[in-house]
Amino acid sequence: MQIGLTHYLIVAAIVFTIGVLGIFLNRKNVIIILMSIELILLAVNINFVAFSSYLHDLVGQVFALFVLTVAAAEAAIGLAILVVYFRNRGTIEVEDVNLMKG
Amino acid sequence: MLLTAIAFYVFSAILIASALMVVSSRNPVHSVFFLILAFFNAAALFVLLGAEFLAMILVIVYVGAVAVLFLFVVMMLDVDFEELKRGILANLPLGVAVGLALIIELVIVGYFWAFPAASGSALASATPAHMTNTAALGMILYTQYVYYFQIAGLVLLVAMIGAIVLTLRHRPGVRRQSIGRQNARTPAMSMELRDVKPGQGS
Repeated sequence: MQIGLTHYLIVAAIVFTIGVLGIFLNRKNVIIILMSIELILLAVNINFVAFSSYLHDLVGQVFALFVLTVAAAEAAIGLAILVVYFRNRGTIEVEDVNLMKG
Repeated sequence: MLLTAIAFYVFSAILIASALMVVSSRNPVHSVFFLILAFFNAAALFVLLGAEFLAMILVIVYVGAVAVLFLFVVMMLDVDFEELKRGILANLPLGVAVGLALIIELVIVGYFWAFPAASGSALASATPAHMTNTAALGMILYTQYVYYFQIAGLVLLVAMIGAIVLTLRHRPGVRRQSIGRQNARTPAMSMELRDVKPGQGS
């Protein structure tokens, strides 16, 4: 059986949906939310690379590289914010993040 | 070809299963480990697609840096995770509803989207035949996309400075070495000759 573009797109769609589901499921736990965002970006990367193979165009891989960069930066900043928030509040529950509400 | 199909199914099954475990695991440390497993399998899928450089970068960046960062934060913060787990079942219907809506939308888009059939249905490596994947990527990245490459570096620099500035903390009452003051000290400043009279003790 030939593995085509559709197979990869289906896998990426499933992983993307699991990521979105994770955000809704763990609404309190920021760490899991950040990991879900990583999963979503991974699904996007799978799409980029699959299309790069399908269209015989390397630019998809170049763009996936940039997505990877932004994902790494986002994880670092998010975890830094998390550490500061935990230091100030003693918890990482995000349901009561309304300090900046006037 | 059969071997490729088997490899694809094995890797994607493990990828999906570990992605499910990431969002549903009780212990966040286990979640991080399943995230690592998911990224390893995604890297294997990238190898199947002929993107070797990106696969290795995925392993290095995610397993080597991001996952360790997650582990570090999970273990450093003394969080009561059982407390955070409460109410997960209350969110389940909403999450499943949104997930189903998303899946249906993706299926509709995939169904009605016309594939550009010019390149055929077979997946092949995007790398030109006479060079390696890394070399081919470099030929594009450093010429045509060099400004984007520089901007990506700038994004990483900003992220690094931001993370340091956010977590930097000046505690009062900590004695630190001041090299300038140390070097500026002379014997005249720190030594004094006293004339002690005999018999009077200290």
